[in-house]
Amino acid sequence: MSDPTLTRGGSPSSLIASGPWTAAQSVSLERLAAALPTIDAQKKDVVIDLSRVEHLDTLGAWLLERVLRRYQLQDLKPTLVGVPERFRGLLEKIHDVNRRPPVPQRERNKLAVGLERIGRATAGLYTDFGHFLAMLGAIGVSLGGAVLRPRSLRATSTVYHLYRVGWQAVPIIFLITFLIGGIIAQQGIFHFRKFGADAYVVDMVGILVLREIGVLIVSIMVAGRSGSAYTAELGSMKMREEIDALRTMGRDPVSILVLPRVIALVCALPILTFLGSMAALYGGGLVAWFYGGMSPDIFIARLREAVSVTHFEVGIIKAPFMALVIGAVACSEGFRVKGSAESLGMQTTTSVVKSIFLVIVLDGLFAVFFASIGM
Amino acid sequence: MQEQSQALAISVRDLTVGFGERNVLDGLSLDVRRGEILGLVGASGGGKSVLLRTIIGLIPPRGGRIAIMGAQTDYGDTAAMQDIGRHWGILFQQGALFSSLTVQQNVQFPMRENLEISQTLLDELATAKLEMVGLSPDDGNKFPSELSGGMTKRAALARALALDPEIVFLDEPTSGLDPISASDFDALISTLQQTLGLTVFMVTHDLDSLNTVCDRVAALSDGKIVEVGPIEQLVSSQHPWVRSYFHNARARTRAAESH
Repeated sequence: MSDPTLTRGGSPSSLIASGPWTAAQSVSLERLAAALPTIDAQKKDVVIDLSRVEHLDTLGAWLLERVLRRYQLQDLKPTLVGVPERFRGLLEKIHDVNRRPPVPQRERNKLAVGLERIGRATAGLYTDFGHFLAMLGAIGVSLGGAVLRPRSLRATSTVYHLYRVGWQAVPIIFLITFLIGGIIAQQGIFHFRKFGADAYVVDMVGILVLREIGVLIVSIMVAGRSGSAYTAELGSMKMREEIDALRTMGRDPVSILVLPRVIALVCALPILTFLGSMAALYGGGLVAWFYGGMSPDIFIARLREAVSVTHFEVGIIKAPFMALVIGAVACSEGFRVKGSAESLGMQTTTSVVKSIFLVIVLDGLFAVFFASIGM
Repeated sequence: MQEQSQALAISVRDLTVGFGERNVLDGLSLDVRRGEILGLVGASGGGKSVLLRTIIGLIPPRGGRIAIMGAQTDYGDTAAMQDIGRHWGILFQQGALFSSLTVQQNVQFPMRENLEISQTLLDELATAKLEMVGLSPDDGNKFPSELSGGMTKRAALARALALDPEIVFLDEPTSGLDPISASDFDALISTLQQTLGLTVFMVTHDLDSLNTVCDRVAALSDGKIVEVGPIEQLVSSQHPWVRSYFHNARARTRAAESH
């Protein structure tokens, strides 16, 4: 295929365009349209002959139109001659475009934008907390309803969710806590050995796992695994207007959808915490045996001295509260999903981040509380 | 024979496409001539979208041949398919605009990927395309989520036309639009088809579109094209499914209105 050209014709004020004026030739075409042949300003009329143009597409037509407009700016009167019939419609259509440049986006002060974002985020904290409290309240009300009329509780749904967030989570919880227990023991042995205190690793593993790590790791796992699933499920129901449909049938979505999920979570988390703590102690014991050379008999005997039932209680008491926080955050974020899939993804992320944050804050508050009552 | 294959934009021969046990399309043959608007009708779930998606290479066929602009397609050859892909533009049913880009950037995307042109020219061309489909230059700064249904379809059409394709595939272009927007969109397709010399392959249920813009209509039933021709021919067809499509209560009401 030959190159497109725009050359002087017979007279000084006539130009001849030829070749393919299409997007495939965009580089040479752009150069052509930029380097316009100068026309003597005395001659008012410029004639551009298109009869030798083989192909023309939107790009070529626009560049021709650009040439015309630039000559018009130079006070010349350009005209097209020899326009093949098949190009006429396109050229006419292109003649009308780009007459008015789009209104440029208003540049905003960067500082003002930053300040606005901080302000909005701060104000958002209040509304977020409001939504959380409202969800807790709604759960409380529907729980009250379920206590007064036990038949209104969705038992099948509760058992189903208990199976999903409890039973199905067991393998991964076992695996993670087992590894964490082993890692803590290994680090303890490695560092305590320097001052001959490696026997105390049992105290550390026992107290740490039972009081803090067990419940914390399990809560974080559950927030990531089940909390996000709750948000996504409720969010997609919200998107498909299923929740609105429930409301119009006079049913309360909180007692039908949220209460069974939260009850399941509150039941499952203490069990998972117990299993997780046992797995962590088991992992710690194995590492102490193989890495630290401490036989299982000694490990168990030292563990019996080091930990009391109080440590276990401190850990397990926290679990249902963690579950309540995770469930309430997950469900309230699910209900806040708007119509689009992006909003569903965003709300799911928010739900996980927020529930993990709240779990850790709650754990801190519990630490202060238990310390002050001497547990 | 050579002459005839030159005049065909799309030629489908004995196409078989299926999922699992079932063949959705079973030995289907269809020709789309250059420069015509062909409407494809068929029952819901009857394989219209499957045919469209097979032609554009999103679903692998089980058998049969497809030629685009006289060239046989080989869906395994990615480079060849990219080359063929420059000959067509596709308007998906939901628009399929990239949600993270503005409308202007959406229209520029195919040009930026395929052509070497300056940003100024890109901007001008994108605005030109937007104006050609009846949007204002200011709409270019909006994000797809800020557009109404009709505007989304127009913006998606502008993107489909970005590389000046010879063939445009439209998947239910007027579904979800109110009758006014739908008839405006029909008119737009018709005008653009004439100015740009497009070949249009349109899947539609809209009887008004079939009446006003389509040169020929193909009816798909039981995995085959059972009737193809001008709308009058389909209306008077004796095939039972085609008869019930064009002679049900709603179709009759429309026919009565238009007389």
